[in-house]
Amino acid sequence: MTIWSVIGAGVAGLAVATELVERGARVQIFDPSGPPGPHGCSWWAGGMLAPWCEYENAEEPVLRLGQQAIDWWASKTTIQRRGTLVVAARRDMPDLRRFARQTEGFREAGPEIADLEPDLISFNKGLFFDAEAHLDPRKALHDLHRNLLAKGVVFHQKPAPTRPENAIDCRGLHARDTLHDLRGVKGEMLVIRCPDVTLTRPVRLLHPRMPLYIVPRGDGIYMLGATMIEAEDSGRITARSMLELLSAAYALNPAFGEAEVLEIGVDLRPAFPDNLPRIRRLGHTIYANGLYRHGYLLAPALAKGVADLALHNTHSEMVDEDRA
Amino acid sequence: MASFYGTTLPNPLMLGTAQYPSPAILERAFRESGAGVATVSLRREGAGRAGQAFWQMVQDLGVLTLPNTAGCHTVKEAVTTAHMAREVFDTTWIKLELIGHTDSLQPDVFGLVEAARILSEDGFQVFPYTTEDLIIGERLLDAGCEVLMPWGAPIGSGRGLNNEYALRVMRAEFPDVPLVVDAGIGLPSHAAHAMELGFDAVLLNTAVARAGDPVAMARAMMGAIEAGKLAHDADPIEARDMAEASTPVIGKAFLT
Repeated sequence: MTIWSVIGAGVAGLAVATELVERGARVQIFDPSGPPGPHGCSWWAGGMLAPWCEYENAEEPVLRLGQQAIDWWASKTTIQRRGTLVVAARRDMPDLRRFARQTEGFREAGPEIADLEPDLISFNKGLFFDAEAHLDPRKALHDLHRNLLAKGVVFHQKPAPTRPENAIDCRGLHARDTLHDLRGVKGEMLVIRCPDVTLTRPVRLLHPRMPLYIVPRGDGIYMLGATMIEAEDSGRITARSMLELLSAAYALNPAFGEAEVLEIGVDLRPAFPDNLPRIRRLGHTIYANGLYRHGYLLAPALAKGVADLALHNTHSEMVDEDRA
Repeated sequence: MASFYGTTLPNPLMLGTAQYPSPAILERAFRESGAGVATVSLRREGAGRAGQAFWQMVQDLGVLTLPNTAGCHTVKEAVTTAHMAREVFDTTWIKLELIGHTDSLQPDVFGLVEAARILSEDGFQVFPYTTEDLIIGERLLDAGCEVLMPWGAPIGSGRGLNNEYALRVMRAEFPDVPLVVDAGIGLPSHAAHAMELGFDAVLLNTAVARAGDPVAMARAMMGAIEAGKLAHDADPIEARDMAEASTPVIGKAFLT
């Protein structure tokens, strides 16, 4: 029986391995950095399963394929189905109207905001996307990892052998050595603790330059994200980005001014020119990459596409090249 | 067609490269509109060499590149950014943007003149983002600029030409200087308006990048700019208070 070698244990690799195993295939995983951790960009994700909101600035497949993600993840890890609330400062109302025009799947929220999130003071207009969900990305990665181990998948903490047969390359930006149209888009995020504020669902604050959001992780911990910069240094956060992220939190509720900053995350999202993921088969290797800012949202669809190609030789819409 | 430091633009649309949903859509907006100049920010898109992949994509558009100093608030920052731009893009063109006010993004015209002088003396060909003030325009020309780029309205506001009178006066005052309306354009009619006033080009970004369909909006802008330019060159009639029939009426049967 064929053994599939999945290279890379980020959200893409783990989702692909999970999908293959669920369809009865045998899988081993290679990642020289070991189990999921801070070395991979999916560690730093927001974990929003928000296809309707993301459609504001993404192409149609994100809306359609992203909707499958919610149930996929619900069967693998804990998810919160509490929707997303989108708000804007009074001066940015044109941005809220634009967001409403360019998305679907929401209802306008006025006084309801106070019922949904009592700590979201001073916002009396917003949009509520009630079908959206969120998850804790690190728990999700751990759960996938643990389930795979339980099903007998072997993890090798070393690079994959050169030219392996039946390989699935999910190395993210490291796959640039072969995928030359892949680029890195810098993202910066913060994890803060602020037990004084209670938010129970992701909240997006519209901003002329970037979609800033805050995702509750429970126990007063929040993820604040994320910048989108066409740059490829993953070194450090800039002062400006930190200011913008913290100002967004402060604008949502001034009590965030007392928050402790627990973590600063900086990494590069692997992206193709249209910011949509791709599956490519080149020789014995299937490349699955380009999840961009939609790691958790599109990994299930990517994994299904890879399994369809690997096991049944059927081409999903994500396959853009097949030179087997 | 006006000459910008010795270069004749293929057409009068200068299009920014920020805020598009994806590089693929950015590329299509350029290809389908035919915009002749791409402006690109060095500061926002990564310090140092980090923006390389994106900058390469901009250069691969195959249009003229006009790097800018967007986001700079001091003369020193702007000068440093300009130097970096010259190295990265191998061009002496620089759109000089020096922000003086956080909310309106109004240019700091005093710093602008100073930075324009420093950069011009250093061999740069400066495209200054300025207000419609005539005296500042004079000072910028004295500082070595051969192009002026007054705002239509604050950056990203989409309000069109806030002060048509001043822009008209500017055109009349500087008949031989290439003038570009930069910032504030929201609709194709705004862009057409600028061209009808006799401006040589229009620079815009947000109106296209943040439209629901950026590619369609880029084409609409190009259509409007062409229409406005044709209309200006065609010597339009002047507005008047009373009707003037387009066919002579004296002697017509219905008058008797």
